[in-house]
Amino acid sequence: MPDLEEMFAGVPLSLPVIALIAVAVMYLGRSAAHGLIRALFHTVHDTFHLLARSLKSAEERLSARNREVLMEIGRDSTERLIEREFFRVNSVVARDLSGYPAMQRKLADQITTIDEDYREASETPPVPPSWVEAVETIANLPQKGEPTVVGKILDDIHNTMMATQKTAMNDYRKATNERHGLLGRMLPFWRKLEQTLGQVDVTVKGLEQKAQVIDKQMEKYEGILKKADPAALALSASQMTNFIASGFVLFIAVLGGFVNFHLIALPMSEMVGAASYVGALKVSDIAALVIIATEIAMGLFLMESLRITRLFPLIATMDDRMRKRMAWAAFVILFTLACVESSLAYMRDLLAADREALNQSLAGVQVASPEMRWIPSMGQMVLGFLLPFALTFVAIPLESFIQSARTVIGTVIAGLLRGITVAIRIVGDIFENVGNMLVHVYDFPIFLPLKIEQMFTKQKPGPKGGGGSSKAQQQTTV
Amino acid sequence: MGCGESVPHTRAVYFLLDTSGTYTKEIKKAQAIANYLLGVLVSGDSLGLARIDSGSFTEKDIIAKVTFDTRPSYANQQKRAFRQKLDRFVTSVKGSSHTDITGGMLQAAEWLNETGAGHKFILIFSDLEEDLKPGFIRDFAIDLERISVVALNVTKLRSDQIDPREYMERLGVWQGRVESGGGSWKVINDLDRLEGVLTK
Repeated sequence: MPDLEEMFAGVPLSLPVIALIAVAVMYLGRSAAHGLIRALFHTVHDTFHLLARSLKSAEERLSARNREVLMEIGRDSTERLIEREFFRVNSVVARDLSGYPAMQRKLADQITTIDEDYREASETPPVPPSWVEAVETIANLPQKGEPTVVGKILDDIHNTMMATQKTAMNDYRKATNERHGLLGRMLPFWRKLEQTLGQVDVTVKGLEQKAQVIDKQMEKYEGILKKADPAALALSASQMTNFIASGFVLFIAVLGGFVNFHLIALPMSEMVGAASYVGALKVSDIAALVIIATEIAMGLFLMESLRITRLFPLIATMDDRMRKRMAWAAFVILFTLACVESSLAYMRDLLAADREALNQSLAGVQVASPEMRWIPSMGQMVLGFLLPFALTFVAIPLESFIQSARTVIGTVIAGLLRGITVAIRIVGDIFENVGNMLVHVYDFPIFLPLKIEQMFTKQKPGPKGGGGSSKAQQQTTV
Repeated sequence: MGCGESVPHTRAVYFLLDTSGTYTKEIKKAQAIANYLLGVLVSGDSLGLARIDSGSFTEKDIIAKVTFDTRPSYANQQKRAFRQKLDRFVTSVKGSSHTDITGGMLQAAEWLNETGAGHKFILIFSDLEEDLKPGFIRDFAIDLERISVVALNVTKLRSDQIDPREYMERLGVWQGRVESGGGSWKVINDLDRLEGVLTK
C-alpha cells in the first residue's frame, strides 16, 4: 500500500490502521465500485459488439454483391459460350445441310440409276418352245400303221429342238453376261451412295455432339439463373483460376514491355533529347513509354474491334462496317509503330556501338569491330517489330484479369472483414471477462468483512426470504 | 523545377591540373582521369579542363570546355574532339614556376556557376602545395556554395616524409577553406577508385 502510505504521510497513523480504513472504505463502496467496473467494461464490450455487427452487416452486403457480380460474369460467359456453340451449329447447318436438297436429289438419281440397272439385270428364265406340247401329243398318238413315220417326225423335232435349245442357251449366256456387266456397273453407284450417307452421318454426329455441349452449357446457365450454390462455387473457383493465370500472363507481358522499353529508350533520346526531365523521369524515357502504351492501346482496340475482347461496350455495339474500319485503323497504326520501333531498335544498336567504340578509345584500347555484327542488329530490329504485335494479345489476359480481380478482391475483402469481425468480438468478450475478473479482484482485499456479512446473513434470514442478503450474495458470487 | 527543365539533373565538372614543377610527371594519370570523366559524363553535362600555373585566375588557362549536346550521338563527337584537345595539351605541357591553386578554384567556381548545372564538382589534380608569386593575394574566403571539391592524387612531398603532419595540415587547411566557403571536401588518392568521384 505505498499510495495509501503517501496519502496518509502527514497523518500520524500506522500502516495496519491505514489498511483497516482502506478495507472499510472498500467494503462500504463495494456496490458502487462493482457497478462502475461492470458498466465500464460492459460499455466497451457493447461497443465492440456493435462494431462487429456493423462489420458483419457490411461483410454480408459485400458477399451478396460479390455473388451477384460472380453470377453476372458467369451468366455473361455462359451466354457467350452458348452463342458460340449455336454459331458453330449454324455454320455446320449452313455449310453441310444447306446442300441437303441437292444431296437428296443426287441420292434419288443414284437410287433411280441403281433401280434401273437392277431391273435390267433381273433374270428371265428361257421360254420353252410352245410346240413342245404338240410333240408330246404326237408322241402319244397310237401307232397303228408304220411306226417309223412318227419316229421320223420325232427325230426331226428332236434335231430342231436341239438346234433351238443351243441357240436359246447361247442367247441366255449372252443375256447373263450383260446382266453381270450391269451389276458390275452398279458397284461405283453403291459406293458413292455409301460415301454420301457417311458424310451425312458425320455431319449429324457432329451436330449431336454440339447439341450435347449446348445441353451442358444450358444446364450450367440454368444453375446460374437459379443462383444455385454449386454454380456459385464453380464460378468462384473458375474466377480464381482466371485471376492467377491472367496475372501470370500479364507479368510476362510486363517483362516484354520492359524489354521493349529498353530497345527504344536510348534512340528516343536522339529525338527528344537526353537532358530534359519531368520530375525524376527523363523525357526520352517518357516518350518511349508513351509509344509502348500507344501500342498496347491500339492492340486493345484491335482486339475489341475483332470482338475477341469486350472491355469497351461502345466498340462491341458498333455496326459491323464501322467496327471493321476501326480494326483496320488500329492495325495500320500498330503496323506503323512496329516499323518505327524496328528502326529505333536499329538506331539503338548503332548508338550503342558508337558509345562502345568511344569508351574503348578513351580506355586506350584499340577499337575492335566484332564479326557477325549484323546478327544482333537484325535480331533487335525483328524484336522491335514483333514485340508491339505480341503486346496486342495483352488485351485477352487483361480482360480476364479485370473481370476476375473484381470478384477475387471482393472475396478477399469479405474474408478480411469476417476475420476482423471475429477478432473484435473476441476482444469485446475479453473486456467483459476482464471486468468480471476485476470485480473479484476488488473483493479479494475485503474478503474478511464479506465472510462475516455472509455468516451474519445466514444466521438471520430476512422476513421475505432474505432480500438484502441475496443481493449481497449475488454481488459476491458474480 | 518546371516541366522539361534540365538544370537539376545535369552535372558540371571542372578539372584543374597542376602543371607546376615536377608534378608534370603525373600528367599521364590526369589524362586517364579526364578520359574516365569523358566516359561517365552524359548528354547535358559540362566538362572544363584547366591548368594550375603561376596565375590561374584567368580564362586563358582553360584548355578545353564543353557542354555535351542533348543528342547522344553528337555528344560522342564532342567527347572525341575534347579528347584530341587533351592529348595535344598532354604532349605540349610545360611546367610553371609557381602554383596558384586558389586562383584556379576561383576560376572553376565562376565557370561552374555559369553552367547552371544541378551538381557541380571541382577536381584538383595537385599536391595542394600553393606557391604564389610575390604580390598575389589569395588569403580570403572562396565562395564554393553547393560545389563538391575532390582532391585527386595528392602526392606526398619530400618534407612530408620528414614530418607527415605537414601533409595532414595541408589537407586540413584546404578542407577548412572549402567547407568555410560552403562546399564539400573529399580526397581520392587511389585512382582505381574513381567511381565515387562524382558522388557527393
